Amino acid sequence: MNNLLSIITFLPLVAAVILALFLRGDDEAAARNAKWLALAATVATFLFSLLVLIGFDSADTGYQFVEEADWIMGLKYKMGVDGISVLFVMLTTFVMPLTIWASWGVKTRVKEYMIAFLLLETLMLGVFMALDLVLFYLFFEAGLIPMFLIIGIWGGANRIYASFKFFLYTFVGSVLMLVAMVYMALEVGTDFEVLAHHQFDSETISILGIQIVGGVQTLLFLAFFASFAVKIPMWPVHTWLPDAHVQAPTAGSVVLASIMLKMGGYGFLRFSLPMFPVGTETLATFVLWISVIAIVYTSLVALVQEDMKKLIAYSSIAHMGYVTAGIFSLNQQGLDGAIFQMVSHGFVAGALFLCVGVIYDRMHTREISAYGGLVNRMPAYALIFMFFTMANVGLPGTSGFVGEFLTLVGMFKANTWVAFVATSGVILSASYALYLYRRVVFGDLIKESLKAITDMDKRERMIFAPLVAMTLLLGVYPSLVTDIIGPSVEALLSNYHAAIPTELVEAAVSTSH
Amino acid sequence: MAAQIVLFAPLIGALIAGFGHRVIGDKGAQVVTTALLFLAAALSWSIFFGLEEPQTVHLMNWVQSGSLTVDWSIRLDRLTAIMLIVVTTVSSLVHLYSMGYMAHDPQFEGESYRPRFFAYLSFFTFTMLTLVTSDNLLQMFFGWEGVGVASYLLIGFYYKKPSANAAAIKAFVVNRVGDFGFALGIFGLFYMTDSIRFDDVFAAVPMLAEKNITFLWTEWNAANLLAFLLFVGAMGKSAQLFLHTWLPDAMEGPTPVSALIHAATMVTAGVFLVCRMSPLMEHAPEATAFITFLGATTAFVAATIGLVQNDIKRVIAYSTMSQLGYMFVAAGVGVYSVAMFHLFTHAFFKAMLFLGAGSVIHGMHHEQDMRNYGNLRKKLPVTFWAMMIGTLAITGVGIPLITFGGLPIGFAGFLSKDAIIESAYAGTSGGYAFWMLVIAALFTSFYSWRLMFMTFYGKQRGDKHTHDQAHESPLVMTIPLGVLALGSIFAGMIWYGSFFGDHHKLNHFFGIESHEVAAAPAADGHDAAPADDHAPAATADHGTDHGEAMTHAAPMGAIYMAPDNHVIDDAHHSPKWVKVSPFIAMVIGFIVAFWFYVVNTSLPKRLAATFPFVYQFLLNKWYFDEIYDVLFVKPAFAIGRFLWKRGDTQTIDGFLNGVAMGIVPWFTKMAGRAQSGYVFTYAFAMIIGIVALVSLMLLNGGSH
Repeated sequence: MNNLLSIITFLPLVAAVILALFLRGDDEAAARNAKWLALAATVATFLFSLLVLIGFDSADTGYQFVEEADWIMGLKYKMGVDGISVLFVMLTTFVMPLTIWASWGVKTRVKEYMIAFLLLETLMLGVFMALDLVLFYLFFEAGLIPMFLIIGIWGGANRIYASFKFFLYTFVGSVLMLVAMVYMALEVGTDFEVLAHHQFDSETISILGIQIVGGVQTLLFLAFFASFAVKIPMWPVHTWLPDAHVQAPTAGSVVLASIMLKMGGYGFLRFSLPMFPVGTETLATFVLWISVIAIVYTSLVALVQEDMKKLIAYSSIAHMGYVTAGIFSLNQQGLDGAIFQMVSHGFVAGALFLCVGVIYDRMHTREISAYGGLVNRMPAYALIFMFFTMANVGLPGTSGFVGEFLTLVGMFKANTWVAFVATSGVILSASYALYLYRRVVFGDLIKESLKAITDMDKRERMIFAPLVAMTLLLGVYPSLVTDIIGPSVEALLSNYHAAIPTELVEAAVSTSH
Repeated sequence: MAAQIVLFAPLIGALIAGFGHRVIGDKGAQVVTTALLFLAAALSWSIFFGLEEPQTVHLMNWVQSGSLTVDWSIRLDRLTAIMLIVVTTVSSLVHLYSMGYMAHDPQFEGESYRPRFFAYLSFFTFTMLTLVTSDNLLQMFFGWEGVGVASYLLIGFYYKKPSANAAAIKAFVVNRVGDFGFALGIFGLFYMTDSIRFDDVFAAVPMLAEKNITFLWTEWNAANLLAFLLFVGAMGKSAQLFLHTWLPDAMEGPTPVSALIHAATMVTAGVFLVCRMSPLMEHAPEATAFITFLGATTAFVAATIGLVQNDIKRVIAYSTMSQLGYMFVAAGVGVYSVAMFHLFTHAFFKAMLFLGAGSVIHGMHHEQDMRNYGNLRKKLPVTFWAMMIGTLAITGVGIPLITFGGLPIGFAGFLSKDAIIESAYAGTSGGYAFWMLVIAALFTSFYSWRLMFMTFYGKQRGDKHTHDQAHESPLVMTIPLGVLALGSIFAGMIWYGSFFGDHHKLNHFFGIESHEVAAAPAADGHDAAPADDHAPAATADHGTDHGEAMTHAAPMGAIYMAPDNHVIDDAHHSPKWVKVSPFIAMVIGFIVAFWFYVVNTSLPKRLAATFPFVYQFLLNKWYFDEIYDVLFVKPAFAIGRFLWKRGDTQTIDGFLNGVAMGIVPWFTKMAGRAQSGYVFTYAFAMIIGIVALVSLMLLNGGSH
């Protein structure tokens, strides 16, 4: 199969089109058909993506499964995966069937709901596979639309405010990126491989009397940074995320946390480091610092949240702080850890949002104070929630630990202050996560409203099972991930270091020691 | 193979009990976990006696990133073997005891709670075993945090009780503060030596001692800084001063838990860590001076608090904290074997004291306040004798100065505690640590006898009905007491030579080569150790700065004492008055306790009334909890609230809304009134926007 990646990418889209064109009626049967077709399509996508994983040669650090074709107006359609992106593809195809299955209880506009998620999957997969600037931009921006609709139509009471905040934030970031892309396309072209080998001008320039070290590279870096920092999100452009999560339906939150945030981290690895090394080097310390500020800041904010989803959203931002700090540590452990953390967070944060969904479906509230003592009637739920709480806290033996540990090792090499502040995050994460768990699950079950609450049913347990398995597996045997990403990360770093002029290296050494 | 069985038997037991109890039943879950633990204990003893050469069993690869390689493995040497028998013996006895203790629980009327309890106990044992069998710092950290979780689950076992839930979180979070230091220590060691395997690190230690590391605002001696950071981890786990506040609260858990985790095993992990890192500690004089100082201070402070507590378990908890301080003093002055000696004997008598207290609590219907006890020795005769032996052991009863064939005669605590006090005298030239420990010994004797007198002597106090119903515990509970009693009496005398004897015995026991032998052919490299094949690889792919470190081999032996470390000899030759001083302190403590609680029982009250400030200060545990609440807990919530309301909501959102010129509220108003169908309109507008922007790009750049 020469076009495996295209099959994977567009299979959900095909299913969406079938739903849109051929499924008629609003009755129960139509809704059931829509659900089953969506589930079948996402499962099939996952199965096809396994072929990529099986055929993937991790020793080869170039792009694999590459497809190239001419497209409209002289543009190129080019797709491929390497060690950096292949696991994000896998994460997406793995999580999507679970989110579809978790949406079994959706009642309104089921067909459109499923179409939105299928479309979203295609666009997200495209982001991780596109090897052409225009193609990437299309996937990256168009991905906003289905998510915007998911929040805006199937969201909570305040969904319109949240969806527009989400849209504005990410779109404003994207405009700057677009400007940079236009420049790059004019200067060099749109092919990623060409762009990664091109040295953009890094002579210091002066604009309006301001000296810009790193010149054009720094400006390009900043333009892309605006988009990725919003997406992942970094402090202080993070405030759209808690609102979006709170208003989004459960499955929307899962996709947002598990996959969409990772586009930011992926962007740094695909664009910032390889294409603007001098810009990266110039601003690395700055990014490190706002990353660790994010860790402490959002952890403290998480401590005082009264809404479960908001708390987990803030916790997500803190975890993404480890990711960005790991990336901008610019060493093997930092980058390995960052990618690992993103994959792990995909399972753990997704599962935590599903945990909220389980009790939201029963009680229709996310207020922490509405719960208490659930363990008395929901032992299985208590166990699952405990497991993912511990994974979120970064307990060794779960996948949450490995990413945190590796990024911190990387940070320590780069800057001990940064490592010190970031490590204090492990104390705060334990505080907010266990405090949440205690208020929701522990205690005696006193509230009348909860007396009849039921434990998870079979479907719910089966949705969690693969997530538990992956979290444990990657915690005990993380080489499954690091073996795949290691060589590509190594290649990325060696290209990166080769591209940094020596005087800049010396300057960096003298400031960090 | 034996080692693997020891390690995994408790895990298997935990899984069977936790997930299979519906199939095998409550009883089945208890029997399976207990039987597997006894199997592990039997194999551990056979490993302990059969240990010849240290060995490492590789299980599988764990974390791999660049030059960082960490494996799951089992390191078997003397330190591990000691910990194996301590952990599995106490754990198996606690499992057995729990069959009786947990048989009826008013908190869980009609619920199945026993399999959960036994699963937690076995899971704890597994994580503790991974900690002690580790051959690298990361697996140790796995065990370290694993026991933390098990402890969290067990402290919070009575999840309906708010106080138990609070104590569980407190234990986990305070331990995380320690782990914060531990983790930084691991990062630093990897940064400096490019490995976190013990053998590689130990080999690199001489280099560390000569290098500086930039950490935070300044440069530090690498060995001192890293030893200190690792010790911060030990402070948390072993409840040393400033990070100790969780331990007394941990008494919220069922009493067998306290015996296993908060007396015999988990809390000693910090001592084990310092002993395990002895090659590093030997090159970190400032860090070890700090360890000695803090250990001595902890021993003293905890003992003062123990003087006035009324909850029987809290008295023992403070006693544990104090005894851990003793162990750290021994490790701090460089006699790691003596620290391990006290860890070993303490495990027996402190586990027994806790289980004895549990037996009293069980017999008295969950009454824990000693003011409501009294005259129980006839109603609980077996428990009484067990507690008596435990008390004789912890207070250090024995015959000072006289030895029989080189062997002193006394209860286990007498031998190990006196060894520490003598070492403290020798290691600090009769300084601060020595005097703190002697005073603490006096206090130990006082509060231990106070506990005995208040519980078993005098008139019965409190609820008459409870006293009438008081009964001795069943055999499954008294048998473990008997076994531990044997250990409390004999463990000291049997292993005195191995831990604190002459060089020959000590070196043989720990597998150390004597200094003369070590000095001569060190150059040919004793890299015959099976694990060493890794070292050259690490050297090869690493830069020049750390390379030379790898030319040294790790020192042989489970513990390392530098050639200039003569503390153990000096301790043996310390003056007679030093050797007698703990004995005198013990006798004084006994006499005062006897006078206060048997002869003139109104005296303590009058004394408390005369010195209210001192009494309140001690009763309130030096106000640590209150101070921490004001310094850390309240500010964390206040800052969190401030950042949320002022930072996120007002500043950031306010700013962005301003920049967007109120566009968000406008949209909200527009769309809020409208049907959600409008959302599609806006989404369509987005598509048009994207198409427009891409077209712009095409027109400009498409020609390339």
